Amino acid sequence: MRHSIKLLLAGTAFGVVTGTVASAETLRLLTWGSYAPEEVIKQFEAEYPDIDVEVTFSNNEEMIAKLRATGGSGYDLAQPSHDRIYAAQLEYNIYKPLDLSQIDTSVMQANLLEGVKANTTIEGEVYAVPHQWGTSGVMTNMAEAPDVTGWNDLCDPAYKGRTSMRLRRTILLGTAFGMGMNPFELYSDLDAYQDMLDQVTAKLIECKSNIKTYWTGGDDLQSLMLSGEVVVSETWDSTAFRLYSENPEIVFVPPETGALAWIDTFAIPRGGEADDAAYKWINFVMRPEIITMMSGSTGAIAAVPNGIELLPDDKRDAVQAAFDQEDLDNLKFFANIPPGLEDMEGIALERIKAASE
Amino acid sequence: MRSDAGKLSLILLMAPFALWILLLIVLPQLGIGYVSLREKVGPGQFTFGFGNYMDFLGEPIYWNTLLRTAWMSILVTILALLVGFPVAYYIAKIARQRSRAALFLLCLIPLWVSDLVRAFGWIVLLRETGLVSGALQWAGLISGPVELLYNDVTVVIGLVYTVVLFMIVPLVSTLDGMDDALLEAGYNLGGSRFTVFRRIIVPYAMPGIVAGCIITFMLTAGSYLTPILLGGKNSSWFTEQIYNQFITRYNWEAGATFGVLLLGFTSLVIWLGLKLTGQSLATTVAKD
Repeated sequence: MRHSIKLLLAGTAFGVVTGTVASAETLRLLTWGSYAPEEVIKQFEAEYPDIDVEVTFSNNEEMIAKLRATGGSGYDLAQPSHDRIYAAQLEYNIYKPLDLSQIDTSVMQANLLEGVKANTTIEGEVYAVPHQWGTSGVMTNMAEAPDVTGWNDLCDPAYKGRTSMRLRRTILLGTAFGMGMNPFELYSDLDAYQDMLDQVTAKLIECKSNIKTYWTGGDDLQSLMLSGEVVVSETWDSTAFRLYSENPEIVFVPPETGALAWIDTFAIPRGGEADDAAYKWINFVMRPEIITMMSGSTGAIAAVPNGIELLPDDKRDAVQAAFDQEDLDNLKFFANIPPGLEDMEGIALERIKAASE
Repeated sequence: MRSDAGKLSLILLMAPFALWILLLIVLPQLGIGYVSLREKVGPGQFTFGFGNYMDFLGEPIYWNTLLRTAWMSILVTILALLVGFPVAYYIAKIARQRSRAALFLLCLIPLWVSDLVRAFGWIVLLRETGLVSGALQWAGLISGPVELLYNDVTVVIGLVYTVVLFMIVPLVSTLDGMDDALLEAGYNLGGSRFTVFRRIIVPYAMPGIVAGCIITFMLTAGSYLTPILLGGKNSSWFTEQIYNQFITRYNWEAGATFGVLLLGFTSLVIWLGLKLTGQSLATTVAKD
């Protein structure tokens, strides 16, 4: 008996020792669905055989909630949008400053890099660099709704029961722009912002009978549009570009008030344990040949000067069908969200959801 | 000596259960209760008080959603009882011994598939371009496509489908123990079918009915996926409010408050139900 226990212990110890020797470093990514395509991971692991990549798919809100719950540990690299870092870092301290000398920032498009740095610098330390950008706007099925120009068309009775939107902050901002206001300018004045939110809430409640349903994820939206049940919807441009390759009638329309532009970034969680691997991943996915694969999967545009040229052919066609230079000049980049703002928006969204038609 | 060994084995046998209850049920609940009493005054600064509960009472959206959730859960429970009772009675009393296991298994099979997949099954069937709408058009019963999703009726149907098994299982086990002689005696004494049902079967099955109702009610009030996916734009379910507070608004304090309120409110409903039916937990759920 005692003998066998000894054997067992020895075996376990052996297993532990060999386990640590054999096990590679693990890079735990916390990112968006489709932001870590299988082939990119395979090539990365082939180049760095001592690194294993583990991926968790998430979204902005859940990324922050997860990192907050663990105090910033459990992941080695996260990809929140540029406007969601500053307040989250101040309030929950979930990221650590980047060592910019480890990142090849020379390949990144200068204005996006400077924009993200400006948005995420706290006490002189930079917390994020850009990865990919895209916009939110409206997508339409040209066969059924050719005259769509902006946010207000979602509430046009001509498309009653055939429109959709995601009940999150983007639609609040878009609707405000559609009503002739500029929410980003009101960020600094919370009373004025509340006033704007009240007007937007009233409009969206009135609009509710026009909506078929609120979509909750890209897949959901895709089946609504492809089946033809919905003909006009608020969307991420990347989702619209993916649909364009399946049905060229479905196009992205940058609203005339300006498409809302987001930049997804790289940020390192405070409890990250594989910083080197994280920096390697960042530099790896910014290489031109990897960018084409990545953009093919995400539909978003890499934050490099020739990001649009590096898109796969079908996506580039979709982008060129959607945007002209004027639209690109008119992009409205999401501004940093001040603390407390999301709580106000949360109540507005709940009011809309709970309202009966 | 022997009693010591008996005590030891009892402790060892109970230990996993006690640890389970303590670590996974009691401690998290205490944590939730603690968080719900925290009031945020600034980034990372908190005081203690009942402010979160006051906020809940001050915002009609929240308590309306809670009442709506409770009312729809009661409806689902009643429907599940109406649907489940005949099925349970058939399995326990009418079906032959050999087919019983097979019937029971048939009831269990839907549980092998996750909630999410079953909800998507309903979506595939009921959506505007779905199977049911297509079949009705093909049969000429309707002229254009019809949207069957995104309303309360669909939510109730989906929920009944999800929870009815938890009604059937306790009913079958209670009815199984009923001696057929009781029924024969009832008929011999001149009772009609209805009288026998009302005065013999229902009272006998009462512990099973109450146990089934408690389980289905709790499951329904706490469900998340089915109401969200099938209810669409009009689904206000209280669990969604909890999710929103925790995830979308980063407001753990309010989310925890809602969690405590949901537990408290559903417990209250069950207590009322037990009082009204003259039952107690000891004679129903905990009955050996």
